[in-house]
Amino acid sequence: MKLSVRHTTEYAYAEPVDFALQKVRLRPQDSPLQTVREWDISIDGGRIEADYRDHYANLVDLVSAERGAQKLTITASGTVETRDTAGVLGKVYGRAPLWHFQQSSPLTQPGESTQAFVDVIRAADDTLTGLHDLSAEVLKKVPYAVGHTQSDTTAEEAVQIGKGVCQDHANIFVTAARAAGMPARYVSGYLMMNDRVDQDASHAWAEVHLDDLGWVSFDVSNGVCPDDRYIRIAIGRDAHDAAPMQGLRGGAGDESLIVSLQVQQ
Amino acid sequence: MKKEDKHFSEMMRPDGVRDPYQNYDAWFSKQDINRLSKKAQEAEAFFRRTGITFNVYGQADAEERLIPFDLVPRILSNTEWSKLSRGIEQRVRAINAFLHDIYNRQEILRAGVVPVDLIANNEAFLPQMMDFTPAGGVYTHIVGTDIVRTGEDEFYVLEDNARTPSGVSYMLENRETMLQMFPELFSKIRVQRVSDYPKNLRRSLEASAPPGVQGRPCVVVLTPGIHNSAYYEHSFLADQMGVELVEGHDLRVVDGNIAMRTTRGYKVIDVIYRRVDDEFLDPLTFNPQSMLGVPGIMDVYRAGNITITNAPGTGVADDKAIYSYVPEIVEFYTGEKAILKNVQTHRCSQPDTLKFVLENLKDLVVKEVHGSGGYGMLVGPAASKKEIADFAEKLKAKPANYIAQPTLSLSTVPILTDAGLAPRHVDLRPFALVSPNAIDIVPGGLTRVALTEGSLVVNSSQGGGTKDTWVLEG
Amino acid sequence: MLGKTAGGLYWMFRSLERAGNTARLIEAGFRIALTRSTDPESEWKSIIVTSAAQAAFEAKYNVYDSTNVTDFLLRDPDNPNSVLSVIKVARDNARLVRTALTTEVWSSVNETWMLFNHILKEPVPETDLPEVLAAIRQQASLVRGAHNGTMLRNDIYDFCQLGTFIERMDSTSRIIDVKYHALLPAASFVGSRMDNVQWEMILRSVSAHAAFRWAVDGDYNAPNIANFLILDPRLPRSLAYCTSQLVSNLEYLAQDYGEPSKSLELAQDLHARLKNHDIGSIFDEGLHEFLTRFISDTSALGFQVEQDYRFNA
Repeated sequence: MKLSVRHTTEYAYAEPVDFALQKVRLRPQDSPLQTVREWDISIDGGRIEADYRDHYANLVDLVSAERGAQKLTITASGTVETRDTAGVLGKVYGRAPLWHFQQSSPLTQPGESTQAFVDVIRAADDTLTGLHDLSAEVLKKVPYAVGHTQSDTTAEEAVQIGKGVCQDHANIFVTAARAAGMPARYVSGYLMMNDRVDQDASHAWAEVHLDDLGWVSFDVSNGVCPDDRYIRIAIGRDAHDAAPMQGLRGGAGDESLIVSLQVQQ
Repeated sequence: MKKEDKHFSEMMRPDGVRDPYQNYDAWFSKQDINRLSKKAQEAEAFFRRTGITFNVYGQADAEERLIPFDLVPRILSNTEWSKLSRGIEQRVRAINAFLHDIYNRQEILRAGVVPVDLIANNEAFLPQMMDFTPAGGVYTHIVGTDIVRTGEDEFYVLEDNARTPSGVSYMLENRETMLQMFPELFSKIRVQRVSDYPKNLRRSLEASAPPGVQGRPCVVVLTPGIHNSAYYEHSFLADQMGVELVEGHDLRVVDGNIAMRTTRGYKVIDVIYRRVDDEFLDPLTFNPQSMLGVPGIMDVYRAGNITITNAPGTGVADDKAIYSYVPEIVEFYTGEKAILKNVQTHRCSQPDTLKFVLENLKDLVVKEVHGSGGYGMLVGPAASKKEIADFAEKLKAKPANYIAQPTLSLSTVPILTDAGLAPRHVDLRPFALVSPNAIDIVPGGLTRVALTEGSLVVNSSQGGGTKDTWVLEG
Repeated sequence: MLGKTAGGLYWMFRSLERAGNTARLIEAGFRIALTRSTDPESEWKSIIVTSAAQAAFEAKYNVYDSTNVTDFLLRDPDNPNSVLSVIKVARDNARLVRTALTTEVWSSVNETWMLFNHILKEPVPETDLPEVLAAIRQQASLVRGAHNGTMLRNDIYDFCQLGTFIERMDSTSRIIDVKYHALLPAASFVGSRMDNVQWEMILRSVSAHAAFRWAVDGDYNAPNIANFLILDPRLPRSLAYCTSQLVSNLEYLAQDYGEPSKSLELAQDLHARLKNHDIGSIFDEGLHEFLTRFISDTSALGFQVEQDYRFNA
């Protein structure tokens, strides 16, 4: 499927900024799941200072705001050819070893609540079924609801709160899969919802490594394995590692954020 | 006297003076002790006046302290030094190869030579360094290898300091002080120079600049600030190298580089010799609360526009649990047997080893795996029953946090006391400079001495002092 | 040079200058309270007012007397302008800019700090006060001597000078302003004992008691004294001397850096203001008004220097 994306993030600063940086992970790459036809990031009110491949092979742009700017706009746009592989990325490996994805991270520290999910995986006849069951169970225990969790809510906290968004679902899912001994990771990207052009926000899901299949994806929030409506962008051990934007700003004054995202065929 | 007999004395043999100390002894025997004591006081006053001090954390009334200086030099023959320096060079080379491997293909883990757990559970392992090679492939540009001696030919490595080894300023100041106090000694005895260190350090740092830098690379020293315990050393090294001493707030990302704020605007820097710990280096990547670092420096680093020395994440190689594998690491990467020996090390993480360690605490030295500065360690033979019992509890609670080593019979070198010369235990920290083209080891290093009679703890934070270290010309 | 280093040098020398100025104030107050004054309390109060510390002092003490004032000004850690506080600031800044200083300058500052940490550990008894004050002046001279004798005449030197003269200019204007009423020609009648005391106090505060007699070939009266302190380019603490030094150091910097600065304009402005005035026209304008404007323009100049040379991020 050929998906077109236009993703604009606009930071508005109440006071002119002396200094602001954004670590931006918004560049999709070719994989068995997708081929990038064209892609561009444009900046208004700032510039790209450096771009590089990070330790998970994500493409990162370091963006700075112009001194004295009150607005910084980052627009990622392009076209990606996607393929439906029933969620299987396969045996595609970077330098980060599998054991690294068995380890917890700040947002995915296992606790009593996340640990409870391990039994769901174990109860199934085979691992793949167990993971599908886990996905369903996470959504049941933590139904999708906006506004109850924040970007720094941990997996354990989200289960306790009992409501969450795709970020929380993916964090919980990888925490539980790791607790069951499997390498698992967080994925950020885009999803085209069929019924609309303007999407609410970026999306997030999870990947688990199985000995026979390699990496397999699970979208907990939608209860499916990602297909050709998904564009995969960045990975990491948790939402923090794979965050599309991560910023730091010097000086006082409020900051507000407007995101607009269009994904369409 | 009987008690000292069991320790190797570097100056005295039962039948006389050891070779390297012959000339010094001849000079010393003609000296007036009172004059020497007066010289020692002058040296202390000089250190105070010039501010050669270190800050002690948590002690408000003694905010800045002197490291006591003893004016009897520690002397090594050229032969002794050659073996040591070859051993250090080999070790440093292997440690760099290890770091490159650990952050890239991890062959040594795949080969099962070093257990995965040791890396996976290592707090000093920085995932952010995976799949990246610093300019010239150098990770540890400056290494301080702690060495102890127990006999004529018995040298052991106690610790590899691969993060930000300190103390080199004391090595340089000690020599300077000795030259001023006893110029006649140096005309009688040929001692290898150490004064080229700052020049070599700068050259070595410049050689590690990112490729493509036009003209002479701009080097700076990054300090956490004047309240840091090693601030004196930071300013001393910047001064001696003739480079700027900067703090995090002097720097920012400008046009894809890291640049410093000068009176005439921002100036790009190429190599940053940082004396700020990994965790505080970049609030955008690591600890977001850090005020000591430079936001974005890790991004600029990975983009290849600055060299950070030592590279972030080098601590994974000087961990005390990794330490016990260094002989295997040396063999794995160099194909040679390690020239310098390790101290036998018991890893308390293994249950039967833990049992052995608990049963033998009174004879062992137990250290925290991630500890430094002599804190949190137990010296069995010097500890009371209660201290041993208390420590046993700590050990049982977190065995993997500790390693144990036999109590080494550290060699002694005399110090000057009111009653004349008296033997005290010493160690040695030579400093190696690593650049893409060369490894350069300054002859000698910093000798630390336990000033209390019988004490084995040489750390300056625990009442240790220092000595000038001489390597004689061959 | 790093902007921070320039700032460190500037503040190091401002602090050293301030330590000396405060010592001089105490010395003048002490002498006059002891020998001449009928109202020592108001003399001591005027000293606290001059060092802009009235609120902080009154938060701590009820009475203006020599014990309270000298202790507050010499060694109170709660008083950021006490001699001990500013010497610590000077020394901290010297450590910060250690790489820009010669060993002589650094050692002299470090020694000064060690010395006063020791001397000012306990309250200073009145009998020891002259000795302590002399030691402060002596140490300040030692640092100045090392500075003049060993530092390269480059931008480093210029920033040290800027700190010294901005601080001095501020101090001298405050000293005159606090006592301006004693200098008004209308209020003074020659020979009054009260005015004589005030004049002596002012002159002593700027170490110009003897200098006035040597340099001024006129009567010991208000206009002559005001003229000496404000307009005489020979007196190293006069406003005219300070502005000419500031102008020349800022000119050096502008030349060195190849671009004129806004601070140079401000300094030239101040200098011109003094050059184009005689003391009579200053009195006509209003001495107090003149000084108030001068003090606020000095502070604006300091701020502009910080901006122009990027002391802060």
